[in-house]
Amino acid sequence: MSSEWPLWEVFIRGQHGLNHRHVGSLHAPDAEMAIKNARDVYTRRNEGVSIWVVKSVDIAASSPSDKGPLFEPSNSKVYRHPTFFDIPEEVGHM
Amino acid sequence: MYAQVIKSEGAKPRGEMSPEEIAFQERIDRGEKIEPKEWMPEGYRKTLIRQIGQHAHSEIVGQLPEGNWITRAPTLERKAILLAKVQDEAGHGLYLYCAAETLGVSRDELLEKLHNGSMKYSSIFNYPTLNWADIGAVGWLVDGAAIMNQVPLQRTSFGPYSRAMIRICKEESFHQRQGYDIMMKMARGTPEQKAMAQDALNRFWYPALMMFGPSDKDSVHSAQSMAWKIKINTNDELRQKFVDQTVPQAEYLGLTVPDQHLKWNEEKGGYDFSEPDWSEFYDVLAGNGPCNRERLGARVKAWEDGAWFRDGLVAHAEKAEARRAAAKIAAE
Repeated sequence: MSSEWPLWEVFIRGQHGLNHRHVGSLHAPDAEMAIKNARDVYTRRNEGVSIWVVKSVDIAASSPSDKGPLFEPSNSKVYRHPTFFDIPEEVGHM
Repeated sequence: MYAQVIKSEGAKPRGEMSPEEIAFQERIDRGEKIEPKEWMPEGYRKTLIRQIGQHAHSEIVGQLPEGNWITRAPTLERKAILLAKVQDEAGHGLYLYCAAETLGVSRDELLEKLHNGSMKYSSIFNYPTLNWADIGAVGWLVDGAAIMNQVPLQRTSFGPYSRAMIRICKEESFHQRQGYDIMMKMARGTPEQKAMAQDALNRFWYPALMMFGPSDKDSVHSAQSMAWKIKINTNDELRQKFVDQTVPQAEYLGLTVPDQHLKWNEEKGGYDFSEPDWSEFYDVLAGNGPCNRERLGARVKAWEDGAWFRDGLVAHAEKAEARRAAAKIAAE
């Protein structure tokens, strides 16, 4: 029979209370084995305190060709950045 | 470097490039990273699959010569260290397979090609590890040569490959240092131990130089790969750097590099040295090195012997999934 194990994407939370971050992928027959394998493949040197795995086929992603329509609109909205506003020096730190 | 003599696809003068290809090349020239789902020339994709695949295979096959000494390491500590190193090599292989898979090839397809001989692994792993000092020489010279190549590859244009290289480089210096540590111990040991260290250097020196591949300064394949930034330096540049770095380390050990023509060249600021025997290199690549059959045989056997186990885990996963689904329906 020999069917290929599904592909899982691996996310690890590092030591410092940060978000889980994508580190790579691996093959495993089920979620439990995927977590065990992820421990061996991606945290051999104490790189994490928590692991998420999700089947690669279950990830929905934006398409590279949508890059313009998706992200360019925010370029014109410079007022979203605090530096857009001039605050007089007398007011002090804000 | 773990990837040798990679044929690059689709070398084209700029005048013959399509607008898409020109835009792609300009992105690379600007130092942008190319990510898996973005448009890329078919040649870029194919060449990368070949290169990353060969690199991954080398990591995996590279476990075999070192695994040979796990049960015979001289102390429990050395054994634990060697186990950790061999486990790292498996990890490095997996990071690289995972990078290759983003290009639309599956890991099992790559393994199939390794097993049927249509994809290669580095020539170096077809040499035997005959004495304990060989494990030192492998870490010091083989991993040392690999680092030479992998450090610049951290800047390669393909995102997943670059990220895998960054991870690998972080771990690789442990490998080289543990090798040199073994060499120091042996070189300062009894006369017999020192002789073993010298013997290991004698046998691994030229195969290590071969790891960089033959001179490619006139190769169109290399020129294309360099334009695509999937190759950063020429083979000769890296080999020269390796020799310049390694000779003083050998001197520190009190060992002699087996090259009577080795000589410091003040003018070029590097050593002059003898080329390895390239006919031996091509012979090893063709499958006729001292251990080719043994290495590939061990890989194929491990894959075939593990089939029932891989299938069993799939059967277990399917059963557990069916049980969960049934329990869910019953609860509704």
